[in-house]
Amino acid sequence: MMNLDLIFPEIFLSLSIMFLLMVGVFKKNSENIVYNLSTIILLILLALVVNLFSVSETFVFNNSYKIDSLSSFMKTLTILSAIFVMISSFSYLKKSNILKIEYPILILSSILGMMIMISSNDLIIFYLGLELQSLALYVLASFNRDNVLSSESGLKYFVLSALSSGLLLYGCSLVYGFSGSTNFTYISNTPTNTEYGIIFGLVFIIVGLAFKISAVPFHMWAPDVYQGSPTSVTLFFAALPKVAALTVFIRILYTPFINLIDQWQTILVFISVASMIFGAVAAIGQSNLKRLIAYSSISHMGYALAGLASGSNQGIQSSIMYISIYLVMTLAFFSCLLMLRKKNIFYEKIEDLSGLSINHPILSISFLVVLFSLAGIPPLAGFFAKFYIFMAVIEQSMYFLAIVGLLSTVIAAFYYLRLIKIIYFDKPKEKYETDHTIGLKVTLAISTGMLILYFIYPGLLNEMVSRIAVI
Amino acid sequence: MNFPILSSLIILPTIGALFILFGRSSSKYNAAKYISLFVSLANFILSLYLWYLFDKANSGFQFVEERIWLEGFINYKVGIDGISILFIILTTFITPLCIISVNSTIKNRLKDFLVAILFMETMMIGVFCSLDLVIFYLFFEAGLIPMFLIIGIWGGERRVYSAFKFFLYTLLGSVLMLIAIITIYWMTGTTDVIELYQIGIDAKYQDLLWLAFFSSFAVKTPMWPVHTWLPDAHVEAPTAGSVLLAAILLKMAGYGFIRFSVGLFPVASEYFVPLVFGLSLIAIVYTSLVALMQEDMKKLIAYSSVAHMGFVTMGIFTMTPQGIEGSIFQMISHGIISAALFLCVGVVYERMHTREINKYGGIVSVMPRYAVVFMIFTLGSLGLPGTTGFIGEFLILLGTFKVNFLVATIASLGVILGAAYMLWLYKRVVFGEIKNTEVNKLVDLKRSEMIILSVLAFVSILFGFYPDPLLSTTSASVQGLIDLFNININISTASNL
Repeated sequence: MMNLDLIFPEIFLSLSIMFLLMVGVFKKNSENIVYNLSTIILLILLALVVNLFSVSETFVFNNSYKIDSLSSFMKTLTILSAIFVMISSFSYLKKSNILKIEYPILILSSILGMMIMISSNDLIIFYLGLELQSLALYVLASFNRDNVLSSESGLKYFVLSALSSGLLLYGCSLVYGFSGSTNFTYISNTPTNTEYGIIFGLVFIIVGLAFKISAVPFHMWAPDVYQGSPTSVTLFFAALPKVAALTVFIRILYTPFINLIDQWQTILVFISVASMIFGAVAAIGQSNLKRLIAYSSISHMGYALAGLASGSNQGIQSSIMYISIYLVMTLAFFSCLLMLRKKNIFYEKIEDLSGLSINHPILSISFLVVLFSLAGIPPLAGFFAKFYIFMAVIEQSMYFLAIVGLLSTVIAAFYYLRLIKIIYFDKPKEKYETDHTIGLKVTLAISTGMLILYFIYPGLLNEMVSRIAVI
Repeated sequence: MNFPILSSLIILPTIGALFILFGRSSSKYNAAKYISLFVSLANFILSLYLWYLFDKANSGFQFVEERIWLEGFINYKVGIDGISILFIILTTFITPLCIISVNSTIKNRLKDFLVAILFMETMMIGVFCSLDLVIFYLFFEAGLIPMFLIIGIWGGERRVYSAFKFFLYTLLGSVLMLIAIITIYWMTGTTDVIELYQIGIDAKYQDLLWLAFFSSFAVKTPMWPVHTWLPDAHVEAPTAGSVLLAAILLKMAGYGFIRFSVGLFPVASEYFVPLVFGLSLIAIVYTSLVALMQEDMKKLIAYSSVAHMGFVTMGIFTMTPQGIEGSIFQMISHGIISAALFLCVGVVYERMHTREINKYGGIVSVMPRYAVVFMIFTLGSLGLPGTTGFIGEFLILLGTFKVNFLVATIASLGVILGAAYMLWLYKRVVFGEIKNTEVNKLVDLKRSEMIILSVLAFVSILFGFYPDPLLSTTSASVQGLIDLFNININISTASNL
């Protein structure tokens, strides 16, 4: 008997997706019901996953699926942010007339894919999860199909993502050919796992994963897709897939290929340095907020990878903390963005923020907090995220990485400051509407509150993350 | 000592700020003004009480509070010694004056301004109290946010440029300090300042670490050649912002030099003395010359600040009791006098809406009271005996003569130049004939302005004649610091032999 109860969350989610599909098919005009039901399903799922926290490291399905502290934590993170994404974007979908039953179902299936990715201990399972997630995302990107930009972004994402999946698959097959297995545990025990074929395979896998988290030089899709997709989908893009991809990064680098650390460390350092600098510099010239946040997220992924590159437990934990805080910042940023609405039109240009502080003081303070936090200014949470990363990086005496990283925070600070300047120093424009849904307000309040109050008890996140020991 | 008096000092302004922020917003700002005044005065009284409780004979840290913050990693630790207590009192003393001064200078969004000032006070007190490098960094950096907003929202025409320059300059300096702090953590396993004083840092690494800290403090001081943000920031900031900037923000760096550069890296401090002396001399002589040429009153005072801070850095790195005590005294004195000078400029700027020196002249016949007050601070700034300015400069030069005759001689030239630009400024603004008809319409000091300026004048003259309360507070701690410094130097020379 396999431990079915260990993968019960995944089973539950799959069944729910099918159930929701049925509801959608047999009941007319059921968008609202399906949407609300899917939020409830996510809540139940959260409870199920949290329930697995106590499980110590266990393998199921012939060692191809792994439940441990890392997977539980990352799944919780994913589902929790998915819940906030759902409740904050409801009014956006409604007002932009793109609320269809497929939307929540696609979100759920992509979360299913992510959960599979997070727990995978086998190249094939990992690939299956990745594709399930990506397929849902292609459709979501082009969900606003009457909009040219949205269709373009979907297509662009599909083509480039397919290419990267191809590279990834090629890498997987090389690894399989040279090691004789697709199982992570098995590969790590193969005596021949330092052969060139395996190194080649690893490089391809890293490329594929770097594409998924939009790290330089595989970032080209991100700005266009972020800009073109409906804002709620952009929020989803900016937050969730990165968690899953980062987890896989951790799993792959630190289980099967830990012996190749000298090889992949160089690659990771390069990717991380390039992302940090490029993300910081390229964002300066942007005029669209979603595009800007795309570049900003590229830069943030650079920091997350810097933690991974350090090759220590401390480094992994710092990356996990980074991505957790990054999620909160992204949620807060997009909740602010979703509030810029006038007569059912959502504004996303930088000039639209002009003088926001006069008419919308509370919203502006939230923006202020989020932006300073993204810039990494203490005492906001964003500072601590970077602080942990640099702690880990400097522990390994990687001073080059640390200095480049910190200098690029200064460059990045410039464009965050520019936004603050526009919000606070410029002349005000017309007022925006203020009748937001409770969900959106709650999301903004919670996420901003977390960013501000994090410094009072930073040990909380540390404690949770410190249980995760991969090496 | 159970009552957490330092934490209360830190947190009180923030509580006040939150009250204002979330209180009912009324169209009249009176409530906000009174809350902030009340809070800042309460803080001032609390800090005086702290001074009363303070044991002057003890050279160690007092009122130490420690709480677990990041388990097994970093603790929240605050405490004061003779060096920091004066800065805390300076902060709590200047803030209420700033808040009174906004009455006339800030026209729009007064509530937000008061909130920013109170947050600023929290950060500044935090910097002077913290006994952990990470906590120090936290407060040091967090102060940038309110100051950025103060310059940017309520500043003059080129406020955006100045605010950005201020923020990015200081941030760039500070990130290197962060790397140094983390490196220290991994080398010694702690960021607790008291422990680090005892453990000491390996002399091999001190040079680089010192430079990293120096990059941050030099920008903030500001030392030549990274001083260029200061004139811009001062000119564009509103009066209260300039006062905070000159009186307290610049002192964070001077304090940092004493507490961290000298205290943690004695060997490197000794090694880099020529560098600091060189830069300080350039700051004293060169920026004084630059100040002579300024057409803008605020800019002139800003450059004079750079020159005065040059004295401070020079005094600190003499490593003599006179030099360091003189530096601390000079910082306090500069805090009072430059604050007053910026307020004086603010007074006439608010009436004439220009800071150009040429537009003024002959004010004495229209504003006699103003002329008197301005005179006191001008003389204080150039270091006339009987004002605080004299004692600071005198002690610093005394310390420097002991160490290096040449440097002291050149620095003395700076004193003459200081007298030259200040007196010339005074002559051009206050005396002479009235060329500009606008000047005739000026009104003399209002009551609130009179209160602020006479309080500052009183303090400046009081401690000018009777500096003992300040000096006796610092002397034990400064002596302790120098003893620690000498022990470390002796150890390192012994190990090199």
